[in-house]
Amino acid sequence: MGRAFAEKVLARAAGLSEARPGEIVDVYPDLYMSHMASWRCIRTLEKLGTDKLYDPDRIAMVMDHISPARIPKTADDQRMCREFAVRKGIKKFYDVEAGIAHVVLMEEGYIRPGMVVIGTDSHSTIYGALGAFGTGVGFSEITAAWVTGKLWMKVPDSIKVTIEGPLARGTSSKDVMLKLIGTLTADGATYLSVEFHGSYTQGLSISDRMTLCNLAMEVGAKNAVVCADETTRSYLAERGVPSGHYAEVHPDADAVYVKSATVDGRSLAPQIACPHAVDNVKPIDQVAGTKVDQVFIGSCANAKYEDLVEAARILKGHKVAPGVRLLVSPASKEIVARTVKDGTYSILLEAGALITNPGCSACAGDGGVMADGEVTLSTANRNFQGRMGSYNAEIYLGSPAVAAATAIRGAITDPREFLS
Amino acid sequence: MVPGGYDAVMEKVGGKVIKFGDNVNTDVIIPGRYLVSIDPQELAKHAFEPLGPEVQKRLWSSQVVVGGRNFGCGSAREQAASCLIGAGIKAVVAKSFARVFFRNCINTGLLVVECPEAAEAVADDGELWIDYASGIAVVHGKEFGFASYPESLRQILEAGGLIPYLAKYVLPQEKALKG
Ligand code: SF4
Repeated sequence: MGRAFAEKVLARAAGLSEARPGEIVDVYPDLYMSHMASWRCIRTLEKLGTDKLYDPDRIAMVMDHISPARIPKTADDQRMCREFAVRKGIKKFYDVEAGIAHVVLMEEGYIRPGMVVIGTDSHSTIYGALGAFGTGVGFSEITAAWVTGKLWMKVPDSIKVTIEGPLARGTSSKDVMLKLIGTLTADGATYLSVEFHGSYTQGLSISDRMTLCNLAMEVGAKNAVVCADETTRSYLAERGVPSGHYAEVHPDADAVYVKSATVDGRSLAPQIACPHAVDNVKPIDQVAGTKVDQVFIGSCANAKYEDLVEAARILKGHKVAPGVRLLVSPASKEIVARTVKDGTYSILLEAGALITNPGCSACAGDGGVMADGEVTLSTANRNFQGRMGSYNAEIYLGSPAVAAATAIRGAITDPREFLS
Repeated sequence: MVPGGYDAVMEKVGGKVIKFGDNVNTDVIIPGRYLVSIDPQELAKHAFEPLGPEVQKRLWSSQVVVGGRNFGCGSAREQAASCLIGAGIKAVVAKSFARVFFRNCINTGLLVVECPEAAEAVADDGELWIDYASGIAVVHGKEFGFASYPESLRQILEAGGLIPYLAKYVLPQEKALKG
């Protein structure tokens, strides 16, 4: 009987010849990511009364979520992390200027096919964009991994998601995922390993793969993956990681899936997740015209270079509607540099955008919060009540193209109106 | 020792229930703005704040949180479990859980039970008791079975969470091995 991706990758990381779904195994992850929560791990380590780390080279710390500090307590916490990294020789330490941990670690070439990566962030599923097994854990678990190098994991069953492309005009990987989330619902893949297959994924950009794997979290996935191919290999090669430096893992052709789902991208319309649930998804024509106070282009789901270029393509020559705020928070420093270089940055500025430093920004409620009764159209991955300021504010989720079109009109707008 | 953790699994635990619907997310359980703290008591003051002070007051006087499907969906924040411990909650019972929340409960020593029948049967404000060792949930005299944990996870839960477990069992062992 064939094995799915998760079964194979977890067996390897647990040093076993086989790991069957439902089994609980001790896994030795290749990388442990902690973001702003790192200080909690350090405090927990102190409580544990040990100072010995299993392998400092497997520790990655990125000061996202709140960057830079806004209150002295946060500044203190960040200093604690900085000093800890120096003291412990943690080389994969990135400070407040770097951007969102997930994106930074991929850009730096630390995430490789076949790896198991755990992170103090639920969207750690994103690492599947490079053929790795990524999953979110709590900070105690990261601390435990720092010390013992291992963590218990239940081997998940797998779901096969087939996406057929090419995508219809005006749609993107975000629309594909919103459609899937609306269909499967918020717990449609709880504890499952999501494998993306189908013609759309072949040769798909790493940026779009990030969006797919990131948003898979919103159906409850344990991890999500687009298996490594030539696109993955050349992305890594460009970042100084030749293909001999990792071992790809692929599911068997006869792997067993407990569930399957299909999205036909060829007939897709732009999709919107309405307040306050990510699976409250509607095609755009049902919500077009809804007035917004703010548009947020940001987050690890959709503030990558390609996303900003897409938004700029629509915003070029237009202005943000009067009274509307357009917030753009690029996902990383590298992305800022690229957009400055190719002029995307100026297009956004000229349209009237407020471009913040790279980081989680408004997605984590770190700036860009809303007043009572306000509405934001966001490219992020969650629209829970109170996530961006007032508990009485509303968040709609859509693609970067929808965000750009919406900023111009000041109301939720179908981006196809701006595409010739 | 994580407050509430040790007692929670040593005997029959339970009490008054506060009941929620499906898909209760972590931003509702503990809003992101309060994550600057890791103190369960401090966090407990803000647990379920988006739902208003009435719900919060009821939370503090309850011992069992009951949820519908996909309880605890959303972020990986461990404080979604520890804030409940701080609020005096002894057990969380739901029809189903989001996976990171489920892990975080075990790892902070909070009894977490997936038992759709008991979650359905119990009324808001009713009583629910858990006999952990035998895998039985009791709602007003009626018993419902649930799958008990594998040994390895039970040890973590019984130690009061992952960190106390490491301190108690794993680290001393490693030290002893090195002699
Ligand atoms: S951008 Fe948003 S979803 Fe992504 S890591 Fe930051 S807070 Fe989490």
